[in-house]
Amino acid sequence: MTTQSRDLGQFQLVVVSAGTSDPSSTRLLADRVSQRVATLGLQKQLTVEIKAIELRELAGEIANALVSNHIGPKLQKAITALQHADGIVASTPVYKAGASGLFTSFFQILDNDLLIAKPVALAATAGTARHALVVDDQMRGLFAYLRTVVVPTSLFAATEDWTDPGLNKRIDRAALELVALMASGFEKQVREESWGRYQHEFGSAGGTELSIDLDSDLMKLAAGGSAN
Amino acid sequence: MQFGVFSVSDITRDPVSGETPSEAERIDAIVQIAEKAEEVGLDVFAIGEHHNPPFFSSAPTTLLAHIAAKTKRLIVSTATTLITTNDPVRIAEEYAMLQHLAKGRMDLMLGRGNTAPVYPWFGQDIRQSLPLALENYNLLHRLWREDVVDWEGKFRTPLQGFTSTPRPLDDVPPFVWHGSIRTPEIAEQAAYYGDGFFANNIFWPKEHYMRLIKFYRQRYAHYGHGTEKQAVVGLGGQAYIAKRSQDAIKEFRPYFNEAPVYGHGPRMEDFMEQTPLSVGSPQEVIDKTLTFREHFGDYQRQMFLMDHAGLPLKTVLNQLDLLGEEVVPVLRKEIESRQDPETAKPPTHALRVTEKYGDQPARQPRPNANRGDNVTGGSPYQDNK
Repeated sequence: MTTQSRDLGQFQLVVVSAGTSDPSSTRLLADRVSQRVATLGLQKQLTVEIKAIELRELAGEIANALVSNHIGPKLQKAITALQHADGIVASTPVYKAGASGLFTSFFQILDNDLLIAKPVALAATAGTARHALVVDDQMRGLFAYLRTVVVPTSLFAATEDWTDPGLNKRIDRAALELVALMASGFEKQVREESWGRYQHEFGSAGGTELSIDLDSDLMKLAAGGSAN
Repeated sequence: MQFGVFSVSDITRDPVSGETPSEAERIDAIVQIAEKAEEVGLDVFAIGEHHNPPFFSSAPTTLLAHIAAKTKRLIVSTATTLITTNDPVRIAEEYAMLQHLAKGRMDLMLGRGNTAPVYPWFGQDIRQSLPLALENYNLLHRLWREDVVDWEGKFRTPLQGFTSTPRPLDDVPPFVWHGSIRTPEIAEQAAYYGDGFFANNIFWPKEHYMRLIKFYRQRYAHYGHGTEKQAVVGLGGQAYIAKRSQDAIKEFRPYFNEAPVYGHGPRMEDFMEQTPLSVGSPQEVIDKTLTFREHFGDYQRQMFLMDHAGLPLKTVLNQLDLLGEEVVPVLRKEIESRQDPETAKPPTHALRVTEKYGDQPARQPRPNANRGDNVTGGSPYQDNK
């Protein structure tokens, strides 16, 4: 895999939103986090460039990719944005006591290596506070599988939270946690020093993972050796 | 360069007429398709191997032997032969027999098979699919090259003094293609033995195939079989042709929309733009096919999928007329003029016989009288004491 070079203190933050209306509260919540990240970044002389991915616009391509492995051009663009992201804000509405199927489908399509060690802030919106644990109970597992590092503060906004100053406080917390992780160089260090310790597939990590261990047991078997 | 058609042997309902052909009708049809392929000047016909409905091709060598008997020039091949769930000993025997009957006009393509339930039906475990494929081929490779084989592996009963009969025609093993879309180990094995590598090329992003083919070419050179440009590469593709492109699009759309694998998914226009699928006039198919060599380097064999998704026989035969008469002759000419002179010739039995023997006569193994085993005494063949 290759690490992209960039000026020190320049960061890409990618917002992924599975909200369906325009504007959606799901996107609004994500935007508040990302704006806060940008502000906190400036205070620390860090420039944060924000890119937004609206999954609604990719819905058809996401469905196609799930059933036929065919990655359309808009989806490919989103994947490339995530590949170069230094931090991610992932936000979804809660439907039937779980993250939106559009949201989980999108992350299920990504190759397993794409997001390794990337800092992520998770957010969800719902019509009732009864869904409050969806982020911690369900979404964290998906992002653990993708081997991301999720910030400690999960964001959740039910209808009543939008008028509660407590939400702002949690947004500030999550934003600072994300900035701290991005600025720490955690992803870079993990990828540079430990990439080989993760299991990879040829062509993964957005097509950059091209190392082939010619000394593996399977490679020896391919070259006329015997199976263990 | 060789041009041909390959079929997955699906028996699919025709979405326009609503009719599903019977197995008998579809099997009759495939023979006609193969004969037509020869008639219109194509070089290769290949059939898949499946062990579940709605496919008919569970016994490819039987079909291919029949087709070889009914044709004069056509090379018969597979797409693919399952190297995982078939016993490599049976592959060695069946395909050597086919090679004799076809007078060398055959080769085969090996693949692992991705239908999970097939593995347990043949006593295998899909989780072991890759090492199983690699080990099986290591054995198959020896069975065609050594008169007597002692062998022990992880997945199959050991062999002591086993001779796979008949020996390959002229003692020149059938040419083997290894089909893979994402597995470096398969590319490595193809390179190690100097065999061909085939990318089905139906789904892009093409970058997947480009990476793997590049790796195969590098390793082919590494193992000393020739330069990277001399490695033997085959590609798939699919086309629907009509004189006017708007007719092609109109005629093919109902079949595309309900095709197995990608039907009910992407729009046909998107699929045409983003994958090797060509639906259009002969010139459009020519233009698109000519781009393949720019991505993958000069290659030896181009196969087209023409008979799937419920297309009726009459349409398929008409497609083959257009492919053979209006597309392939232009492709041959254009590619010949653009091709790097270093490019390897496509594999044929005659070429391989010449490579092995030059002007000398080919070996014709004659067995000794039966003595019950190959473990004691010398070779079972008279010319090998």
